[in-house]
Amino acid sequence: MLAGLFFYLFASVLVASAVMVIAARNPVHSVLFLILAFVNASGLFVLMGAEFLAMILVVVYVGAVAVLFLFVVMMLDVDFVELRQGFLQYLPVGALVGLVVLAELFMVIGAWTLGGAAPKTITAPIPLDVTNAEALGRVLYTQYVYFFQLSGLVLLVAMIGAIVLTLSHRKGVKRQDPAAQSARTPETAIEVVKVKTGEGV
Amino acid sequence: MDNFWTLIWPILLIAIQSLVLMAALLVFVAFILLADRKIWAAVQLRRGPNVVGPFGLLQSFADLLKFVFKEPVIPSGANKGVFLLAPFVSVLLALAAWAVIPLNEGWAIADLNVGILFIFAVSSLGVYGVIMGGWASNSKYPFLGALRSAAQMVSYEVSIGFVIICVLLCVGSLNLSDIVRAQDKGIGLFGWFWLPLFPVFVIFFISALAETNRPPFDLPEAESELVAGFMVEYSSTPYMMFMLAEYVAIMTMCALTVILFLGGWLPPFPFAPFTWVPGVIWFVLKLTLVFFMFAMVKAFVPRYRYDQLMRLGWKVFLPISLAMVVVVASVLQFTGWAP
Repeated sequence: MLAGLFFYLFASVLVASAVMVIAARNPVHSVLFLILAFVNASGLFVLMGAEFLAMILVVVYVGAVAVLFLFVVMMLDVDFVELRQGFLQYLPVGALVGLVVLAELFMVIGAWTLGGAAPKTITAPIPLDVTNAEALGRVLYTQYVYFFQLSGLVLLVAMIGAIVLTLSHRKGVKRQDPAAQSARTPETAIEVVKVKTGEGV
Repeated sequence: MDNFWTLIWPILLIAIQSLVLMAALLVFVAFILLADRKIWAAVQLRRGPNVVGPFGLLQSFADLLKFVFKEPVIPSGANKGVFLLAPFVSVLLALAAWAVIPLNEGWAIADLNVGILFIFAVSSLGVYGVIMGGWASNSKYPFLGALRSAAQMVSYEVSIGFVIICVLLCVGSLNLSDIVRAQDKGIGLFGWFWLPLFPVFVIFFISALAETNRPPFDLPEAESELVAGFMVEYSSTPYMMFMLAEYVAIMTMCALTVILFLGGWLPPFPFAPFTWVPGVIWFVLKLTLVFFMFAMVKAFVPRYRYDQLMRLGWKVFLPISLAMVVVVASVLQFTGWAP
């Protein structure tokens, strides 16, 4: 009963904020609504007993990815009049993509509810006596360890690619070298000069 | 009617518990704020606040009244909704983390299995209050402050995450109460994690300073260059809420240090006169000790330059904490101490 109440609370706020993501005029408001949608989705995860996933969703997507996203939107100067003019032009493509996604969703749900192959793919149900994180770890680091490592490698490649693309060494820029600074001694830094009165150095 | 009460009672109980904890926390924060100013003053050979009440004890409450009775000024160019939402978000997130913190054996409002992840998630959300405030002010300095703050908090979260992983490897559970119980080895304070994990303890303490925008990492509100950072345009009650959120977040970080490294509610020596003292008193004493260290750092460490701060986070702490995860994991694996 109580879980049902909270489900409808989270679900309705999630759907409403998802609608507001595309309906809001200000792009920063859109991103803020997207964040609200993420947080509510993690609430739904908690209700389903997937507490580990819920927390990871908040830490990774809301805490890190959405922050960067928000900054990109805040820094860009988006001209809305210009954007609205292209609206009709892009409408057919957008509608097509939307239809494809909708059809795929129907196929997934259809396969799930009408029986068939979907339930058989649940190979490792969570045992009742272990916690969520432990159950995930058991399958992730045993059965799926190669896929796990592979996805890590893909992320590493993406990271190196991003660094290579954006890194540029400018010449003639003075940089601080903390190791060299710390290694300085009075012998290397100071020179004692005897100055005669009235002559200067 | 009976049915109604069985349904409503658990919610009511949680609400009462939360209210009591929140009231206690806010009163504690009022005195912690005063302690911060007093310690700062003592280091600089000043007296600090000493006029309101005996030894200035009521200074924080006087400040509260002053803020509440002032007029909140909202800049005409500001995005009004987001501008007023930002301090609320800050306070709400800062207080929410306390729901899972165990003050004593079984004294947590929600003893979650993923408690440490919950705190990590909520404290990583804390950056939104700052960004929203900085952006909605529609002014240069607040926005620069918000930019700095976001970069800083995201950077230091990474090393905090690895430090937490080191501790979790030694515990084998994400539950905060389990983390404290794992430190009860019968040898008092020498069994707590600060001793075996001393390098990560130091990293965690410094990262906690950076995560909560405390000096020497208070670049987001560096008054010599950004006036007051993201809080420039705020006045009266909204400003007070930002300050409150900041201090509650500092308390959360102190509590997390106590739980992860200083044995939570456990007494420092496991024999008679010490074991008579209730666990919650030990917890508060340790919390105060960690905060004293926070305050002393504020008093005598000069502010970092921004590139030095980023260098410390990414080039020093990240490699060390990554290496510590590998070292701790291999030691636990090859000695068979892994839980």
